[in-house]
Amino acid sequence: MPEEILLMDKITKVYPNGFVANKDVTFSINKGEIHALMGENGAGKSTLMKILFGIEPFEEGRIVLKGKEVRFNGPLDAIANGVGMVHQHFMLVPSLTVAENVVLGMEPKKGGMFDFEEAVRLTEEACNKYNLKVDARAKVEDLPVGFKQKVEIVKALVRGAEILILDEPTAVLTPQETAELFVELKHLKEQGHTIVFISHKLHEIKELCDRITILRLGKSVGKANIADVTEADISRMMVGRDVVLKVEKTPAKPQETVLKVRDLRIVADTGKPIVNDISFSVRKGEILGMAGVEGNGQSQISEAITGLLSYQQGSISVNGVDLKGKKIREIRELGVSHVSEDRNTYGAALVSSVKDNILSDRYYKKEYNKGLLFDDKKINEMTDDLIKEFLIKCDDRDDQVKMLSGGNVQKVVVAREFSNKPALVIANQPTRGIDVGATEFIRKRLVELRDEGTAVLLISADLNEVLELSDSLIVMNEGKIAAYLPDASVITDMILGEYMLGVKTQTPEEIARVAYD
Amino acid sequence: MTSKQIERRFEIFKTVVAVLLALGLALVVISFVSESPAEAIVAFMTGPFQRASRISNIIEVMTPLMFTGVAICILYQANQFSMIGEGAFLIGANLCTWFAVTHENWAGLPLMLTVMVIAIVAGVTVSIVPAVLKVKFRANEVVSSIMMNYVILKISDYLFYYHFRDVASGQQASFPIPAQIKLPKLIPGLRLHAGIIIGLVLAVLAYFFIYRTKWGYEIRMVGANQNFAKYSGISVLSVALSTQLIGGGIAGLGGAVEILGRYDRFIWFGTQPGFGFDGVLVGVLAKNNPLLVPVAAFLLAYMRTGADVMNRVSDVPIEFVDVVQGLIILFVAAEMFLAKYKHKLIVNNAKKQLEAKEAAK
Repeated sequence: MPEEILLMDKITKVYPNGFVANKDVTFSINKGEIHALMGENGAGKSTLMKILFGIEPFEEGRIVLKGKEVRFNGPLDAIANGVGMVHQHFMLVPSLTVAENVVLGMEPKKGGMFDFEEAVRLTEEACNKYNLKVDARAKVEDLPVGFKQKVEIVKALVRGAEILILDEPTAVLTPQETAELFVELKHLKEQGHTIVFISHKLHEIKELCDRITILRLGKSVGKANIADVTEADISRMMVGRDVVLKVEKTPAKPQETVLKVRDLRIVADTGKPIVNDISFSVRKGEILGMAGVEGNGQSQISEAITGLLSYQQGSISVNGVDLKGKKIREIRELGVSHVSEDRNTYGAALVSSVKDNILSDRYYKKEYNKGLLFDDKKINEMTDDLIKEFLIKCDDRDDQVKMLSGGNVQKVVVAREFSNKPALVIANQPTRGIDVGATEFIRKRLVELRDEGTAVLLISADLNEVLELSDSLIVMNEGKIAAYLPDASVITDMILGEYMLGVKTQTPEEIARVAYD
Repeated sequence: MTSKQIERRFEIFKTVVAVLLALGLALVVISFVSESPAEAIVAFMTGPFQRASRISNIIEVMTPLMFTGVAICILYQANQFSMIGEGAFLIGANLCTWFAVTHENWAGLPLMLTVMVIAIVAGVTVSIVPAVLKVKFRANEVVSSIMMNYVILKISDYLFYYHFRDVASGQQASFPIPAQIKLPKLIPGLRLHAGIIIGLVLAVLAYFFIYRTKWGYEIRMVGANQNFAKYSGISVLSVALSTQLIGGGIAGLGGAVEILGRYDRFIWFGTQPGFGFDGVLVGVLAKNNPLLVPVAAFLLAYMRTGADVMNRVSDVPIEFVDVVQGLIILFVAAEMFLAKYKHKLIVNNAKKQLEAKEAAK
């Protein structure tokens, strides 16, 4: 009989904006298992885990840990009770070494001073014990993403975590890194640790986990042994219907070049080149995918094109117009739309209304002004049309955007960026962190835009997305193009993974083909 | 009911509770410091309304606060926390007086309009310093504007002492302001002047400006999320600059209106008169909405008049009103004040809605 180590009983959580994130959710895990927690974005997984980790308070229910009812007042409380969490966004100090990060807050002392060697010893001991290979003396900022994650895991284990929560750990990893992580997690399990594994990827869960709990719309809708269910069963429970995340699309008919990037070099404040002399083109009527692990220059490229970031060398032109020295508005006037990867910082003003958010790229235009004042009737009509067209779920156009779910916030962004007849769309992680329905919708719209003759540059760390949507592909590694793959439909994620990690690189001649000169 | 509606109603409810609570605490304080608390309280609460002249006084006191209050609303909408309203108000009043007393042979209307324009230009000019420091060198405008206020005070003192002080008058005062440019009295026998009308018009115009024009939209977006504004193609720096200049100009005009409405001579020297800082109070109470500025300014003026009355008829000193003001701001500005109660309302409401949805199925 497996021993129940944790029970979250009938948990109800209401956020300050009235959103019921969890409603009578019951979640139970056994000692020594890897338990998958699945659900669409917005289903309440993260909220449930934040409650467990003591970050969010809850309204009703109880948490029973090893037979004792507990209520954590914060992460420190949770850690003291043997619950550890590895967040999706790493909580590490980049400028410190691995060992320093691992012992942060519980530093070994010798004569009142920090004992670095002891910290290294502690870290190495833990690494050996759990078979996690990390250099304790390396600086965190120099580590690839996969290793940063290992540091986070070691950090939790050193603090005595028996239950380890991993929030979408594979989202930032390549297939190869994922495989390595799974070996390590299974090893941890053998040593008696319990793991809660949050993921969207069905095949990963089938491969790794023992049992699964599925949330939908804030409620637990299913619990099963992994062996007893198929991927199709899980997916049906998750969304309540069969979803096929396949976007219908015909072969692209690329025409003349719209975006021309030549010898672009962007240097960080530290003097380190982030984008290193790259050239590529995007043509009218095609989707060029830019794959790569995040942080390999993709964000900087999109910001340089859209005028948010200045660059040191090279040229960028749109339909023959050089963008050097152009203001952001002038670039937008050329028909450049930008779906930023960070919708909360750039894409939207969360405290403003849906209307004000949609208006931001066109408020100054003649058609929306009457004399000195806004033409409210026209603006309202335009907003309502877009809310309807883009299926934005809100009470009305005056709703604050922060009251909407992530998927709907992104739809507001997309409604603005896709509705101004763009010549070029820079879509940077357009579906990150949003629900399946909105993802499907946004992907379809991207393909429609392409068919209408828009040039699309799709930047995404989601391999499925890049493979699904792109007509051709470039792969970024360390600020350079590692490969140009003219036909995305024949590429597998394993091939992509090799280029992403820099295991393989094409010859300069092969890469130069993407300039279409 | 949606959570949004709860949120909105709650904001009003919170402000009302904050004001009542502060007044309640004020009464407690009165009953401690006064020999005859009942009398003092009555004087404080009802005194301002007992005579027409006192009601007139409330409106006179609120008039300058409306100008600096509207200025603060516009500034804070764009997240520009400039305190230049204080200095702009003073220099506006000062230069307006100087020009008036040296051109007293001009006809009424041309002179009145000229000095008002001078006051506005003066307010804009002094605002340039902190605004440019911010835009060019990222200097925090709170600090630079407060420092600038001292510079302005000294300039104002200098101009007053050396250029238009009437040494023949028995007091420290300027030459008399020409009678032909005094703002007209609205009701015979009362000191109430036309400044209140200018203030009300200004509040309405500012409302339209902020919420119904493209310039106001830029201001609001820069305030809501600067990165978003930039990403959308709005020039954040030029909005920061122009907003601070607009704020300064409005405060400068306020200085002229105050002088032309209530004073025979310019008498501010040595210390800052404080209208700009009171404007911050008004702006916070009005939640940066110009249409609420008259209400907020009225409340403040009412309390001051009440304290004044109380000071004269009882043993409670006038400074007492500062205590009440402080309490009100504390409660209104405290984001989390009554937050638990609000959260309970929202939770209950959300539950009810869920149940209703289930039942409908």
